[in-house]
Amino acid sequence: MNAEVQKEESMVLQKKMIGEHFETLSKSAENGRKVVYTFVPGNLNELILAFDLLPVHPEVNALQSGMRKLSGDYIQEAEKQGHSEDVCTYVKCDIGMLKKGNIGPTGEKLPPPDLLLLSYTGCFTFMKWFELLKQEYGCPVVMLQVPYQAEGKITASQREFVARQLRDVVVPALEEVSGKKLDEDRLKELLASSARAEDDLVYVWESAKHKPSPIDAYFGGVYYIGPIFTAFRGLPSCEAYYRELRREVDFRIAHGMGPTTPEGELRQQKYRIVVEGPPNWTSFRDFWKIFHDEGVVMVASTYTKVGGLYEQGFRHDPARPFETLAEYCLGCYTNRNLPARVDIIAKYVEEYEADGILFNSIKSCNSFSAGQLMMLRELEKRTGKAGAFIESDLVDPRYFSAANIKNRLESYFQMLEAKRQAA
Amino acid sequence: MDCCYIGIDLGSTTTKAVFLDEHERIMGRGITNSRSNYALACQVAREEAEINARFGLLRKKLEASTSIGALAEPLMAVLACNYALAQHLEQLKALHAECQDVARAHALPEAELANVGLALDRIFAALAAQAELDFHPGSAAASDFFRDLATSQYLKQAAAVTRELPVSFDRLVGLFDAAIIRVENHSFAGLYREYLEFATARATADARFAPFAAEIAAAVKETAELRFNVLNIVGTGYGRLTLPFAREQIRSEILCHGLGAHYMFPHTRTVLDIGGQDTKAIQVDGNGIVTGFQMNDRCAAGCGRYLGYIADEMSIGVHELGPLALQSKKPVKINSTCTVFAGAELRELMSLGEKREDILAGLHRAIVLRAMSLLARSGGVASEFTFTGGVARNQAVTSSLEKLVFENYGRMTINISTDSIFTGAVGAALFAKRDPKGVMADLEVSQLAKNPDCGIAATCSA
Repeated sequence: MNAEVQKEESMVLQKKMIGEHFETLSKSAENGRKVVYTFVPGNLNELILAFDLLPVHPEVNALQSGMRKLSGDYIQEAEKQGHSEDVCTYVKCDIGMLKKGNIGPTGEKLPPPDLLLLSYTGCFTFMKWFELLKQEYGCPVVMLQVPYQAEGKITASQREFVARQLRDVVVPALEEVSGKKLDEDRLKELLASSARAEDDLVYVWESAKHKPSPIDAYFGGVYYIGPIFTAFRGLPSCEAYYRELRREVDFRIAHGMGPTTPEGELRQQKYRIVVEGPPNWTSFRDFWKIFHDEGVVMVASTYTKVGGLYEQGFRHDPARPFETLAEYCLGCYTNRNLPARVDIIAKYVEEYEADGILFNSIKSCNSFSAGQLMMLRELEKRTGKAGAFIESDLVDPRYFSAANIKNRLESYFQMLEAKRQAA
Repeated sequence: MDCCYIGIDLGSTTTKAVFLDEHERIMGRGITNSRSNYALACQVAREEAEINARFGLLRKKLEASTSIGALAEPLMAVLACNYALAQHLEQLKALHAECQDVARAHALPEAELANVGLALDRIFAALAAQAELDFHPGSAAASDFFRDLATSQYLKQAAAVTRELPVSFDRLVGLFDAAIIRVENHSFAGLYREYLEFATARATADARFAPFAAEIAAAVKETAELRFNVLNIVGTGYGRLTLPFAREQIRSEILCHGLGAHYMFPHTRTVLDIGGQDTKAIQVDGNGIVTGFQMNDRCAAGCGRYLGYIADEMSIGVHELGPLALQSKKPVKINSTCTVFAGAELRELMSLGEKREDILAGLHRAIVLRAMSLLARSGGVASEFTFTGGVARNQAVTSSLEKLVFENYGRMTINISTDSIFTGAVGAALFAKRDPKGVMADLEVSQLAKNPDCGIAATCSA
């Protein structure tokens, strides 16, 4: 654990981008910049940027607090305020952080929001979360009603329903906060840039079809999604990041190299796994190490698609700005019904030639967890691959039992080995 | 020289060892409490299994003898209980010495120290005398752990002696608590030849066996001198990573329980194992290879320790719980799955006048309901269904489980073996035997041999 972690150029770039963003945020008041809090799934980054507003993503702050071992204290603070043990731990971590001074991941104070923009209602908790923040900050909330893909696809009326809200409710709210009229040409430019970065990201995801895989699509993947799912999608810096990432991936493919991990390069890849569900953040590196030590590479994951399933064909389309944003909001992974999610994972297993399927079921995230065990059974039946089911939490360190999880996973890897030997 | 493979299951409560021969037949089994010292527990269980294997070979020899043949059964019973008695007496002697040592270290006033010494002499004399009565063929005492047996009897004798001598009960208990840990940190199997001699002398003093004294002594000597060549050893269970085993010699308990259950009952498809601190629901294929599993992740309610806690709450022994629960005519519904809350609920129900057996029946049902949920999550129950682990010895659990399995999955074959506590160790031994590397020559033999706690030597010349 003490060995120096290898840094690649893309990592340095991302760190710089994040640092600059938080610095801009910390100076927003003196520079007269307005701040919008919004969530990752279905985020309207291009629209926010078109109004020159600054986005803050509370769940990203929460996961960062988890990785920096601060979430335990924040959660306890929120519980002290009266929030139940069973509530989403991202929410409690965020509320606790707010109560303890709202210091962001780079150590700088976060500005309060001028607007709370809820652009995805598929997660019921998001609504309640902003309701709580509204109470704390006394600022307006604008809410986009996003219907569930109950039929497993986006219908024309759903798209129209969301696009109309964007025009009639969201844009006026953003105009009011920013004091600017929407510049549709600027919005189209941003959307076109997004699509270019999305192309490169898809290339990176699909590189995992190589053997050895040059990427870890889950643990490494959470870093790869950083720029595109947050404040940078639509900006030249985001495009530059994905160009660089793609270049690094090409280099590794050309040299038959595995992904870079905190424990070094993972070249000897014994098992290829597809993962469903978010990772645990409080023990992220220990969790990753369990897989690294067993020579396990994650070739595809659903969590890294929460902010967009680009590899299923979606791209932001500058020709239809409101419709494309509507499709983006409707297309969130957790907004797909269970059969559609099973289809996506089954396709991953087949296309990425996976040996197994792992579900990390999150105690406090019903958006992900509801129905997961049934999904796993169906996937085992359909793909013939062995599934593993473990349970942990996002950022509450009390719900990560390292010994139990290691025990389950070791059993699982040995089970894969036994199956392989029997075959 | 007999070649063998060893599986060791280091559970949270007990440590089990199994010796397999080259045809995958069980040669011997050993069990001990896990203590806080897994390395020692591993050694003791292994030694117990080795002795058990020697007794197995001796039995075969005696049964094959034309002169002793018919008497082999009672003779083995006498030998076994006297062997256990000899070891028990040796442990009592050590415990007595440790108690005296602890007393001296306390720097007690001279008069008190003299009284304590006198009290200890009387207590241990009484314990030795009691042991002579307790250890007889077929008695339960011989299979109890030394700690359990010694504790209950020491406390009884200590209470009696304080009525005769000016020594406080608390003082005596304090000495015992410190001394028993020291005694448990030793293995007593090293003297097995002496125990065998003792057992042989006692057996041949019996008029039934006296005529064959020379033949018995020769057979015992031969088995005592037999050397086991350990070809491979695999560890499993909670403490497996604390052992000085190479990575290749460690298997998860899920795989071991799956394979072990398949070995004991070849048609097994679903396995339920309830151990001290976890419950496992395992699905296996026709070869005993695990295809899916579920374990309790966040809470250990409904496991063996839960029963231990309830027994303490009711001031009865764990082994008394099942029989008492089976007497129930009207089980009470227990809501709490949390062990601690169940304890509170139990006291409340008692205060409301509910019968102990009805409350216990409800508690047993609550355990089984948790297991049923885990089974469902693992993919259900398919015939044949094998129930393993320490809790499978509890008849109230097994009858409740049988009822619920039939109700939910239809009638099917349910396998429960009294030896089910060894399932994980059997599976580990099978993995040791079936290791593709064959023998442990290139595994960490030297490392194991160097480690006194796990001293295994050998290469097979057979």
